[in-house]
Amino acid sequence: MLRYVLTRLGLAVPTLLAISFLVFFAAYLSPADPVDIILGQRAAPEAKARVRHEWGLDRPPLERYGKYVVAVVTKGDFGRSYQTKEPVTEFIARGFPNTAILAVSALGLALLTGIPLGVVAAIKHNSWIDRFAMAFALLGVATPSFVLAPVLTLVLAVRMGWLPVGGFSLQEGIVDPATFILPTVVLAARSSALIARLTRSAMLDVLSQDFIRTARAKGVRPLGVLFKHALRNALSPILTVAGTTFGYLLSGSFVVETFFTIPGIGNQSITAITARDYPVIQGLALLLAGIFVGVNLIVDILQGFVDPRARVSDQKAI
Amino acid sequence: MTPRETWQRIAANKIALASIIFLALLVLAAAFVPMLLPFGYEQQLPDSRLLPPGGKHILGTDDLGRDILTRVLVGARISLMVAVSVECVVVFLGLTVGLIAGYRGGWIDSLLMRVTDVLLAFPDVLLAILLLGTLGATSSRPETSAMLVVISLGVTGWPPLARLVRGQVVALRQREFVDAARSIGSGHGRILLHHILPNLVSPIIVAVTVDAAGVILAEATLSYLGIGVQRPMPSWGRMINDALDYYKSEPRLVIVPATMLSLTVIALNFLGDGLRDALDPRKTRR
Repeated sequence: MLRYVLTRLGLAVPTLLAISFLVFFAAYLSPADPVDIILGQRAAPEAKARVRHEWGLDRPPLERYGKYVVAVVTKGDFGRSYQTKEPVTEFIARGFPNTAILAVSALGLALLTGIPLGVVAAIKHNSWIDRFAMAFALLGVATPSFVLAPVLTLVLAVRMGWLPVGGFSLQEGIVDPATFILPTVVLAARSSALIARLTRSAMLDVLSQDFIRTARAKGVRPLGVLFKHALRNALSPILTVAGTTFGYLLSGSFVVETFFTIPGIGNQSITAITARDYPVIQGLALLLAGIFVGVNLIVDILQGFVDPRARVSDQKAI
Repeated sequence: MTPRETWQRIAANKIALASIIFLALLVLAAAFVPMLLPFGYEQQLPDSRLLPPGGKHILGTDDLGRDILTRVLVGARISLMVAVSVECVVVFLGLTVGLIAGYRGGWIDSLLMRVTDVLLAFPDVLLAILLLGTLGATSSRPETSAMLVVISLGVTGWPPLARLVRGQVVALRQREFVDAARSIGSGHGRILLHHILPNLVSPIIVAVTVDAAGVILAEATLSYLGIGVQRPMPSWGRMINDALDYYKSEPRLVIVPATMLSLTVIALNFLGDGLRDALDPRKTRR
């Protein structure tokens, strides 16, 4: 088991390096001059030269990238924002809690709705509830959150007046719980649909196998068959999709945060991108990659517990 | 299986057939209808703002007095062109990496698959957002921004196809007909081109169809966020974003492009499913 975890951990490092490398050099290749962003285009040439030297922007790109990686690894220093000049870590630390609570509650909602829906659809295969579940799954996948958000806001908030229109911000003290509902629902919809679809097909797969028939034949109660035999074996693919879903939730939070004006890292990313604030973009890219790699690592480890075969097969895979 | 049999199988699948008809109509409408309509997609008519559907403006006008039908169809051009261009990049990169990795094997295979895994581990839209942000689509001209969207979605979108191709090549490489070809002295190029590539066409077509739906959604998301295709090009995502100030009184401004987007995505998904069923050799004898 330890070896299994260590191999997984070993894969995380090159992933993070590759992401940071890609984003760093995309920034280097872009035509904008960072000094113009720091000082504004009309600054005096002497001031520009001084800032270029102070920020180390006159060094060759590989050296800058190397220094960046070293500073991140040894000091946790992600550089300073071109715009506000504050450390990137402080900037991100302000937005992160909002995104974290949004993504985690959306994942919870997606699992709590998607898994039962998929299980019921599989048990009642080809019934109306199965068709409803599949129609929901298809709609969920084909309706982007930037469509669902205005439509739900219009119906539930503007017309019916049941829910508040805007989003939330943890920094503003006491938050009305109702402001969480719409953003969470909008963010969770697509994942819920994906999870429902996958749960259904995983359950259908398991339910058609011989050991289920055996269990039924020897008189195990239907619920016992469902939970002990079927669901347990279907859990492995469900876990995998829950992990990848988290990635969708993070990119989905970009849309949801901008729509509901929630000051999370999605909103910060868009601001940073529009302002070409490269250190912030790089920091956010690394953070997002780190979260994603971390979540996948947790999923892989859980996988090893849920399905002992994963531990063995991994060593001879590929 | 001959192309004729394949077509008969697809035609027998009503949902797939309906999807093909929808997509064909969409392509034709996007190509020709804007030319027949009397309005330009960026033409603003100040005295006909927010007109309801009907009359000269079949789907009404938006807040700047632009004809919505014209814009939504020009938006279809952009969505379809971005999707086709991205898939070309994806097929080129995915096929190259997958073929080399699967055919050569050894350390080249390990290296290429590691790179693929690394990219696969990161959600592609997120990576495209960050890449677009650093490449600076927001400050580019509309045409350049569309090209940057294609680059960022193409560069981040190939790993799943590379995995698929590699898996197929590894399986095909050990088949008798490849051995036979090698034993009569065919070179690597000939084996790849004449024996392996033809067997990859079906799975690639299926994968590309389904992936195109994802690309269209991704492009809409990027444009919605304001970092994709830039104004005044009427991408569907951009149209939805532009409509957000007015949707409470004029939901049509969101619903029209959103419906086009969803229908196109659903049609591509159904078509992909239909193609998979029609091209899957395991189902040949039913």
